[in-house]
Amino acid sequence: MNATHLLAELTVFVLAVFVGLEVISKVPAMLHTPLMSATNAIHGIVLVGALLVAVVAGPRLGPVLSVLVVFLASLNVFGGYVVTGRMLAMFKPRQTPPANPASPDGVRK
Amino acid sequence: MPAATAPQTPLGVEFAYLVTAVCFIMGLRYMSTPKTARLGNSVSIAGMAIALLATGIVLDWPAGWWIALVGLGAGAAVGIYAARAVKMTAMPQMVAIFNGCGGGAAAMVATAEFLKLNPQTSAPPLDLAITSVLTSIIGSISFTGSIVAFLKLQEVMSGRPIVYPGQQVVNAILALVAVAGVVLVSIDVHPLEAFFTALGAAIVLGVLFVLPIGGADMPVIISLLNSFTGLAAALTGFALGNDVLIISGALVGASGTLLTLMMGKAMNRSVTNVLFGAFGTLKTAAGDEGSGSGGSGSVRESSVDDVATMLAYAHQVVVVPGYGMAVAQAQHSVRELADQLEKKGVDVKYAIHPVAGRMPGHMNVLLAEANVPYPALVEMDDINPEFPRTDVALVIGANDVTNPDARSKPSSPIYGMPILDVDKAHQVVVLKRSMKPGFAGIDNPLYELPNTSMLFGDAKASVDKLVSAVKSL
Repeated sequence: MNATHLLAELTVFVLAVFVGLEVISKVPAMLHTPLMSATNAIHGIVLVGALLVAVVAGPRLGPVLSVLVVFLASLNVFGGYVVTGRMLAMFKPRQTPPANPASPDGVRK
Repeated sequence: MPAATAPQTPLGVEFAYLVTAVCFIMGLRYMSTPKTARLGNSVSIAGMAIALLATGIVLDWPAGWWIALVGLGAGAAVGIYAARAVKMTAMPQMVAIFNGCGGGAAAMVATAEFLKLNPQTSAPPLDLAITSVLTSIIGSISFTGSIVAFLKLQEVMSGRPIVYPGQQVVNAILALVAVAGVVLVSIDVHPLEAFFTALGAAIVLGVLFVLPIGGADMPVIISLLNSFTGLAAALTGFALGNDVLIISGALVGASGTLLTLMMGKAMNRSVTNVLFGAFGTLKTAAGDEGSGSGGSGSVRESSVDDVATMLAYAHQVVVVPGYGMAVAQAQHSVRELADQLEKKGVDVKYAIHPVAGRMPGHMNVLLAEANVPYPALVEMDDINPEFPRTDVALVIGANDVTNPDARSKPSSPIYGMPILDVDKAHQVVVLKRSMKPGFAGIDNPLYELPNTSMLFGDAKASVDKLVSAVKSL
């Protein structure tokens, strides 16, 4: 149908791929696991699509499947971000336990 | 084109989607250093919230409020609970299952869109029909593939490759059926039947293509399936005419592909080889080796006190962590052991193989949890020249990434995979639960070398004993 529109969308897609490659190549190996989890959460954006097809009058998928599609996409979003958050919590900036004057040893690397 | 396009979205909503896309990109940018990584996650969450709130404006609330409420409520509750409750070691399979959910959702959205095109009464617009059928195929492969990956990692299913005669042929036929479905849909010949046949083939193909892949290769598969879901989300964006889905999906697709290739490179294997190759023939190869090397050498078992003495009087110790450390949750004990050794003037480093554990960077995450300073974590290429100068290489639950066969034995299934050259250290101490082979199911001749001694037992228990033994020296 609308070839111009399709081409515009394809342009957005291709440019976004390049942005993705550029941004990801800057991430150091030690953060690759959280990165994988972070991108996993991002594709939870499909929840927007799920809501758009499910929350309508007379959804095409019927009520049960409509709830299911929103449920699956929400799992992806919420679970994905919480898992990423937990992984990243381990990379907290390292202030050696402040209240520990008894052992100056612990402070040295 | 009335029924075919998504309802016209208000300009404000479109703008909000643009803000979301920027948030996602910035969020990923902030992942480039550990300092800003957590900020990155928050920015990404903010972007997601903005997109969802904006979508809320255009939803048909009176008709579907309860669907949104039940679906979102249950998804949020289960997702947050599961993600909080899971142990750090089980994170890879958690990522896999959430990834599968996203893929499944994308496939269902695409199916709904396709049904909306009403292919029975009128010829559907070509681009929408094709993107719908492609999304449903890729999303379904990701869905069922992720479930199999989850079951393997959770060890509900054996981590070993499952092979049967004609496997490649069956997979090829299923792939052809899916492709034929796309073709039929696009030339509008029995589009409805073609759509669901392709969908069915993809659901089965997702299961079958992950079955023959061994546990050691699971990280590559999770990353690949992650990029599949990204691609499915992007295609959903095409089908719905929604740019934020296209951009986010493209970002994830690109990043997943890049990570997959990087991991393949780290194992010196092409992704095709991971998917269709060497590990399929593993069983026979491992069998040969078992009979060949099993009789030739014997392993030397050592005691906690001997190992503690060896460590305490070394100049340089390199710790080589693997999945065994993760399973035993031994990272804190390992850190304590390193602290004790450093007090005695021993230089302690950690050798990080890019695919040690079940995900790239798995060891970094665990050791970071135990507050090991980043500079002590040394990557493979930088640590390998150090081993000949290392007094003791302490291998904690790592196996395949230390297997010297990868360097020297062309018949080995992992031949060519870069490894940590622990066998070049003066002494090697291997902490291992038993003589069982690693996840990939291959014997490791490292254990039979004259400079290797074994300390059997749970990694955490062994390291704890070493800590007290070193203290008392």
